Amino acid sequence: MRIEVNGEAREVTAATVQAALVELGLGAARVATALNGVFVPAGARAGQPLAEGDRLEVLSPMQGG
Amino acid sequence: MRDFYGVTLSAPLMLGTAQYPSPAVLEAAFRASGAAVATVSLRREGGGGGAFWDIVRGLGVRVLPNTAGCHSAREAVTTARMARELFETDWIKLEVIGHADTLQPDPFGLLEAAETLCAEGFKVFPYTTEDQVLARRLVEAGCRVLMPWGAPIGSGLGLNNRYGLRTLRAAFPDIALVVDAGLGLPSHAAAAMELGYDAVLLNTAVAQAGDPVAMAGAFALAARAGALAAGADPMAPRDMAAPSTPLIGRAWL
Repeated sequence: MRIEVNGEAREVTAATVQAALVELGLGAARVATALNGVFVPAGARAGQPLAEGDRLEVLSPMQGG
Repeated sequence: MRDFYGVTLSAPLMLGTAQYPSPAVLEAAFRASGAAVATVSLRREGGGGGAFWDIVRGLGVRVLPNTAGCHSAREAVTTARMARELFETDWIKLEVIGHADTLQPDPFGLLEAAETLCAEGFKVFPYTTEDQVLARRLVEAGCRVLMPWGAPIGSGLGLNNRYGLRTLRAAFPDIALVVDAGLGLPSHAAAAMELGYDAVLLNTAVAQAGDPVAMAGAFALAARAGALAAGADPMAPRDMAAPSTPLIGRAWL
């Protein structure tokens, strides 16, 4: 299915947020996730299904002021 | 002594982690500053986030994630929730930006986000203006720290409205106040502390200085000097001269 990951179109076979992270090579990365603008806690990723056209944001620690 | 949600800071200085020439300079600047708090952010995963996080943890300071770049309460609240998980802290520097050129806070979005986040147990550090009415509403929402700007972010202009900052201090004697943004020189930090503020927060003035490590040390001394001065009950200024040398015993020449 086709979803958007951090603003880029991606074709994934994953059915959940957790599976998508693994498929994207971020299974072990220190990240926080949001789906369609709603925070998805780490513990809820495996139970969060993906649908065609979903927007997934995967954020990591960054420099800030 | 006012604390920050129950935490007493070891120094009245919070330092940003952005814009340094290298990670090594960032680390050296933090050591030179003695800063008690490091501000951090979240951005789209592009590799390098883990390495940066290791550096920040190595600084041994408290971490204050921000919601920089958010232009609505909804964005800021989602970002705060993500930050709480990622950085394992309920401290959040709440920024809801209302104007692209001045990066002035959007007071309406800020209050809406602060109400939501305080209700969810966040310890909210709102980046705000010196507006007293907004400040009162933020305190009513549950904020125990207020962070009025000195001047627009990154401008280095210093304290644009000393009167407003002074009246804010007088209006909220029990709330920790931090001048956040706009500082360019150590004298600006000293002036903020002399007004009775509890800390200053800066980034660009140190990171973009020709010698960030030396400037970090200068800000540390200035913030401490200002804090000592505020505690020493400064004299009241006056318009006319008053001789400091005694007139009694003056020679008739």
